[in-house]
Amino acid sequence: MDIKDQPGFRSVAIICLLVLYVPVLILMVFSFNSGSLVTHWEGVTLKWYGSAFLNEEFHSAARNTLIISVTATIVSTICATLAAIGMTRVKPWRGLAAAFMVINLPLMVPEIITAVATLSFFALIAGAFGLNFGIGNLIFAHTVFCIPFAYMPIRARLEDMDLTLEYAAADLYATPWNAFKRITLPLLVPGIMSGAALAFIVSFDDFTITQLVAGPGQTTLPLYIWNQIRRPMTPEINAISTILLLVSILFVSVSFLIARRRAK
Amino acid sequence: MTTATLSPTTLSKAATFEAQAVKTSARRNRLLSLPALIIIGIFGVLPLIIICVYSFLVAAPYGGVQWQFSTDAYLNFLFQRDIFDDTLQFTPDFLIIYLRSFLFAVVTTVICLLLGFPTAYFMATRSPAQRNWWVLLITIPFWSNLLVRTLAIMFIIRDEGLINNALLALGVIDKPITMLYTNFAIQLGLLYAFLPFMVLPLYSSLEKLDFRLVEAAYDLYATRRQVLWRVIIPLSKPGIIAGCLLVFIPALGAYVTPLILGGGVHLMIGDLIAQQFGSGRNWPLGCAQALILMAAVLVALFFYVRNTSGKMQHG
Repeated sequence: MDIKDQPGFRSVAIICLLVLYVPVLILMVFSFNSGSLVTHWEGVTLKWYGSAFLNEEFHSAARNTLIISVTATIVSTICATLAAIGMTRVKPWRGLAAAFMVINLPLMVPEIITAVATLSFFALIAGAFGLNFGIGNLIFAHTVFCIPFAYMPIRARLEDMDLTLEYAAADLYATPWNAFKRITLPLLVPGIMSGAALAFIVSFDDFTITQLVAGPGQTTLPLYIWNQIRRPMTPEINAISTILLLVSILFVSVSFLIARRRAK
Repeated sequence: MTTATLSPTTLSKAATFEAQAVKTSARRNRLLSLPALIIIGIFGVLPLIIICVYSFLVAAPYGGVQWQFSTDAYLNFLFQRDIFDDTLQFTPDFLIIYLRSFLFAVVTTVICLLLGFPTAYFMATRSPAQRNWWVLLITIPFWSNLLVRTLAIMFIIRDEGLINNALLALGVIDKPITMLYTNFAIQLGLLYAFLPFMVLPLYSSLEKLDFRLVEAAYDLYATRRQVLWRVIIPLSKPGIIAGCLLVFIPALGAYVTPLILGGGVHLMIGDLIAQQFGSGRNWPLGCAQALILMAAVLVALFFYVRNTSGKMQHG
């Protein structure tokens, strides 16, 4: 007998996997349905992908999504990298614990609260100072919750790193900047990439905060899907959903593989 | 490799230089946290302060607030002012939605734990190669679009959905069972959404389990059940607490799931708050409701911190 075995645990694990994947797979399969109903299978076609790609609203939603998530990813990854260095390669300073809490705040506050708070904030600065950054509002809101996601893998990488390499560089009269550029940064790249991938996914997929903060004409892909749900649906919605899922899967796998290679 | 380079004076010089370099860069490094802290401070912390202020103001007729102090938002949470004699009447409508959401979140947490623990344990006892695959398979839904995943559930449980179609075709039922826009739908959606949030922290805790302790328990004639309940589960308590928290908090504040699967009929706290900023046009009330939710989350986090710090003291 294997001491690690517990009866029935294998079946529960397999059931969990099926529960997690079957609904999503069905959704994906129906994106190839040639009938115009989402529920009755009639045959295989790619026409819903075609009609999605020709759809002007889809284009503009995809454009908005990319503008927001690419900008938010770049800004949040840079900020997170700097913050991770500023919070690991230092002697503990007063306020370090508080700073750590601030960085992680977006993870602890329920999304709906962040959403209404951000909405109130932008309404206030628009009313009081006439400030409206347009799509920039969404970029700022996304950057905030992307920072902790980018921060986590970068910090983990910095903490795992062999410090003696940096000391050796200092011993050999490298300036702190040179030591960083030639030693720390190259070793940190996998962490930064993994963090950027996670930041991109959370921004790309965000619905709650985007829905409440978005102004007119700032439809992103998740908002576009939500608008479609409320109309009679065609498998085009399945096609667009499938594209969104594939983007998530791609970025998770990339982030995951980078992290795995690090572990080896 | 001359001995000169290793002489004590050189070594101590090097050490001083090393310490100096690390120290001076360390002091400057602190400032590197500033951009992140400023962005989160302005666009993350300040908005939270603003809703605290807003919750004590008066609602403007077309959304927004009027700058006039009032505690009405909090009073309205539990009472309604009678239009005629201006007395306060206890109206538990909002309280009921909060209690319902709490119940949904508790049931979600319990079922996720019952399903997630065996799964995480099974994963943790596989070979390293198999483990990687399992972790990736659980990680993918963890990061996948929640709206799309909820949509997938909706497609299956609709009146014309897969389950009803299958049951109709098999002749088990002669008219579709209504599942969408019911409490059942919300509960199912919450379970589906948050199951990966339970499995991953449990796994990372079980992965570190020292199986020599399990072996020792068997040597002392423990049964499989005893090993599970008296060795494995107590040892994975930090993971269980972390997993429960990661499910409970987002489930309590869930917005997308009840929005799509509850159809606006069966509300949870998240939808209630959003409603005040939309059709309800009562921003102060929405802010007060958000802060009451925040208070519930802080209580949960407080228990977590107390439990985990207690753990550390005992080793």
